[in-house]
Amino acid sequence: MQYLIIIISAIFVNNVVLSQFLGICPFFGVSKKISTAFGMSLAIVLVMGLATLVTYLIQYNVLINTWFGEKIDITFMQTIVFILVIAALVQMVEIILKKINPTLYQALGIFLPLITTNCAVLGAALIVVQKQFGFASNPDGMLNLVESVVYSMSLAVGFGIAIILFAGMREQMELNNVPKSLRGTPIAFITAGLLALAFMGFQGIV
Amino acid sequence: MAKKSSLLNMALVLTLVCLGASAAVAVVYAVTKEPIEMANQLKINSAIKEVVPEFDNAPSDEVLNVTTPDGIEGKVYVAKKGSEIVGYAIESTTSKGFGGPFTIMVGFTPDEVVYNTSVISHSETPGLGAKITENKSAFIQQWNGKNLGDGSIKVAVKKDGGDIDAITASTITSRAYCDAMENAFRILKSISPATASEKGENVEESNFNDGWEVMEVIDL
Amino acid sequence: MSKLKIILNGIIKENPTFILVLGMCPTLATTTSAMNGMGMGFATMSVLLCSNIVISLLAPLIPNKVRIPCYIVVIAAFVTLVQLLMQAYIPDLYNTLGIFIPLIVVNCIVLGRAEAFANKHGVVDSALDGIGIGLGFTIALTIIGLVRELLGNLSAFDHKLFEGDGMLLFVLAPGAFIVLGYLMVLFNKIRGTK
Repeated sequence: MQYLIIIISAIFVNNVVLSQFLGICPFFGVSKKISTAFGMSLAIVLVMGLATLVTYLIQYNVLINTWFGEKIDITFMQTIVFILVIAALVQMVEIILKKINPTLYQALGIFLPLITTNCAVLGAALIVVQKQFGFASNPDGMLNLVESVVYSMSLAVGFGIAIILFAGMREQMELNNVPKSLRGTPIAFITAGLLALAFMGFQGIV
Repeated sequence: MAKKSSLLNMALVLTLVCLGASAAVAVVYAVTKEPIEMANQLKINSAIKEVVPEFDNAPSDEVLNVTTPDGIEGKVYVAKKGSEIVGYAIESTTSKGFGGPFTIMVGFTPDEVVYNTSVISHSETPGLGAKITENKSAFIQQWNGKNLGDGSIKVAVKKDGGDIDAITASTITSRAYCDAMENAFRILKSISPATASEKGENVEESNFNDGWEVMEVIDL
Repeated sequence: MSKLKIILNGIIKENPTFILVLGMCPTLATTTSAMNGMGMGFATMSVLLCSNIVISLLAPLIPNKVRIPCYIVVIAAFVTLVQLLMQAYIPDLYNTLGIFIPLIVVNCIVLGRAEAFANKHGVVDSALDGIGIGLGFTIALTIIGLVRELLGNLSAFDHKLFEGDGMLLFVLAPGAFIVLGYLMVLFNKIRGTK
């Protein structure tokens, strides 16, 4: 049950793009065609799940831990450590994918370098170590490892749903006669606004 | 411009840059540690000042960490004038906020009547739920002077059959506020102020010590 | 390029928000009011200025293949510094901007300027570029925040101008997209007629 709440709230209620404003750049950048939007979504689900897994372990085993009998808390190094880990992770995924599954690499490869600067990945990693849920299994309301990974992968799925819907709308719009000064980016923003309005309807269901 | 890359100089430069960056961050962390704590303390202190009648002790030095039998945690700051207790400021948190945890400071007079309340931290929607922080708002005012324990008021928004007027278009935030108020009241009940003031200083002393011990554990 | 031109370039010709459409996440998320937008703008500007200066100094020493990781570390360090200083001295603003302060690290503007400008130019020019782009970003965010605040809350810079409730939509997420879309149209029109 609690996983269902996590998944629904991450995908629809707190949609990364449309209500939390994370990952806006790829949302506009690679949403001209449904097929590329789909590839990007898959890559993001993979990287976000992995990144959260690793950063979560780092947060609770390295940044907050007992070293040589001294309890330390160096969470102030969080930003530097997380971004480096994510950058390295993306590189590794790229290299490994190239070796073991060239077809998948062909499909996702071009998106991987773009993901390092996708703030949704770092954002999700930072959110899951801060977010508190009333139902979480830990006493202080923090998510445990499995819940964190599920949460961030659901966020990524939410990103996927939003970007694929948006790409569909933009493909349609290509055929329409848009006023000259609105063409290109401005109309894309206004469309995204309407999509965000639609997603607001999910608020309050969890 | 940029140098040619070799394994040695790549590793060396990256290590040096990381070392330099971490050192700079560590220095600033050490310098700002105290001001950050002071800023947090200041916030607590000004919230206490807002929610209880005039006092002349330092309530933030007399903090009790309370856990009620049903597991609600909160901090109680005791405000005194001379040796007389003039109010309890209770910091209570709820996870039912719209955007995450929601913490308020509730002031009770010794006869368990709400004196004033103040929001310490929230992550509600700006412009909607965040309106709750506007201090003189009708929503905040409606609590003042109410006794939550004598049945004269039902702590829930009107939509849920209670007596509280919710903020327009922010039912969830208003519910969270009710929940935090309820928690605060239970915390107040569990420290049982009647016993504390009857039995005199001894009970309080031991309570404070308990409080300090918990604080120290957290500090480490 | 003259010194003044570098600054103006960042504000108008290469305005990061309206022209380059970079760093959209904080632009949309933190502009619920003019003050918040301005605060985010200045926080980003200080990171940009410092990272531009340091990177223009370090660039000749950094091997080509590890330059991006090095830049990211430098930027992340400055972001953490800004984060700590804000926490200590302007905690209220820090709490409002929340997660978007650490996320300055992945703001494409900062890394973009390091890669496109600071590693090819001297210290002074890079600093000026940081100021220019930073100001362009700050101005854009303040304008967006002001429009959203005016429409959504009937106030400007936290001062209530009219009584009553505004159109809440503009303070909420959808309003951010819509306001930015129309402001882009306006900016393009003004620039186009010159």
